[in-house]
Amino acid sequence: MAEKMATRQAYGKALVEIGAENPNLVVMDADLSKSTMTAEFSKAYPERFFNMGIAEQNLYAAACGLALSGKVVCASTFAMFAAGRAFEIIRNSIGYTHANVKVCATHAGITVGEDGASHQTFEDIALMRTIPGMTVVNPSDGASAKALLAQVIDMDGPAYVRLGRAAVPTFYDEEMAAQIQLGKGNCLREGKDVAIIATGIMVNEAMIAAEELAAKGIDARVIDIHTIKPLDEEIIVKAASETGAIVTAEEHSVIGGLGSAVAEVVVKKCPVKMAMVGQQDTFGESGKPDELKAKYGMTAADIVAAVCGVLGK
Amino acid sequence: MDYKQYEEIASRVRVDIVKAVHKAGSGHPGGSLSAADIVTALYFKEMNIDPQNPRMEGRDKFILSKGHAGPVQYAALAERGYFPVEDFMTLRKLGSKFQGHPNRDKVPGIEMSTGSLGQGFGVAVGMAMAGKLDKSEGRVYVLLGDGELQEGLIWEAAMAAGHYGLDNLCAIVDWNGLQIDGNNDDVMTVKPIDEKFAAFGFNVLVIDGHNFEEIFAAFDAARACKGKPTVIIAKTHKGRGVSFMEDNAGWHGKAPSEEEARQAVAELGGEW
Repeated sequence: MAEKMATRQAYGKALVEIGAENPNLVVMDADLSKSTMTAEFSKAYPERFFNMGIAEQNLYAAACGLALSGKVVCASTFAMFAAGRAFEIIRNSIGYTHANVKVCATHAGITVGEDGASHQTFEDIALMRTIPGMTVVNPSDGASAKALLAQVIDMDGPAYVRLGRAAVPTFYDEEMAAQIQLGKGNCLREGKDVAIIATGIMVNEAMIAAEELAAKGIDARVIDIHTIKPLDEEIIVKAASETGAIVTAEEHSVIGGLGSAVAEVVVKKCPVKMAMVGQQDTFGESGKPDELKAKYGMTAADIVAAVCGVLGK
Repeated sequence: MDYKQYEEIASRVRVDIVKAVHKAGSGHPGGSLSAADIVTALYFKEMNIDPQNPRMEGRDKFILSKGHAGPVQYAALAERGYFPVEDFMTLRKLGSKFQGHPNRDKVPGIEMSTGSLGQGFGVAVGMAMAGKLDKSEGRVYVLLGDGELQEGLIWEAAMAAGHYGLDNLCAIVDWNGLQIDGNNDDVMTVKPIDEKFAAFGFNVLVIDGHNFEEIFAAFDAARACKGKPTVIIAKTHKGRGVSFMEDNAGWHGKAPSEEEARQAVAELGGEW
């Protein structure tokens, strides 16, 4: 079993490392620094850390002001309050001015767990990817989160980085992580019968599903789409044309997220049968992350079922 | 000091506003005219800026948080020499740099793209924080509408400005008492503005926003105040300088006809 680490944990550690090399990096939070893991940066570089209190609108407005003054800013809170509550500030102040703000949002998706529906965000990818010029990143494990964060901080312009609360298996080894490229999907497993295109923590579920499918004689390709915008259309079209069937998997609503983004490409360039695994247009509830993933249909077994459905098996 | 030169510039700014909004056929003359003296004072005396080098290092910055008053910012920038006044007469037309609400990428001198109320103040707070971090001499000025004070973000930003002791930040409230749907007091009470800002840790100054002696004195006092941000609550009249627009909420977001615009320009001592 691989080592487990939450992507937010990787984020906190990476910020400290990047902060040592990049004196221009400023980190901000809204009273959740111990949960978003920006607290580690605040201890290392107190003069470059700003707690804005429980005021997410101003968190992102002020982040914009710092960015337009030449800083690169990582501004963190929970995904619900970043993409949700502060949407219009991110759209009008950060997006419209192409400000160099990285909206690093943690506690996304159903794996928030016990906090329940008010905190379980399934809408953030949909919201963020509609903003022109916004890069949208959803790492699948700690190692890829670290690699992607460094690239996001290096690029000029706004980005949304989606991070999770729960510890998830780290399956990117050092060599694989070094090859990660922002905006490029990553084929983790070759296969010719179906392509499972996954993002975030559902990549691990997709890899488990592929093993189970192999036992059934189905050869599944697995692609990690860590960058939902700009989307790697080439890898998607290739998968569609070579396998003829696509199942998307995300810890997000099936409305507007990865599934929709992939469908937008496929319908125009290479129509194939598709199924979407994700939150099925409903709110969540309190429970343990694994219980919730099972109840709301976001496990390897759900991917296997979706693949069988698409293939008519 | 002779304030007449500033009054004359403000009149030209007002004439430009009336003409441009008339030509555009839409826009917000009322709140542009009420802020004309304050904005003139900023661009023509108070701020350390260079029209030849709009992004000069260490400059003072002005953000029009009440972005619908874009015409007053465009007119003042034009009169200050950032671009020809004629250019601004394309206001709100397809392909024009002069968008309905200011865009920092299109027009030199614009520091922040505004229009969605409350956000400019939060961005100004961030710029002032950056100024502190960089130990910059530059100050940040931000103009707020009184109706805009109803936005929750204003008070989030005010809290942060007080908390971080941003004495390089100076907010000005264009207190004309009116908003689209009528009197502030009828729509949603914002009073007492002075006590609210004082409670958030601001140095509070209340002035006549059409009196240059008081405006300049307030900016001097703001600069001298250390350890806390300043808010200048400037009592103004919406539509100031045009008899039929003054103190009339109906002119918040309506363009004058040619006849009305001609009369307005004449009242302001301008030429059609």
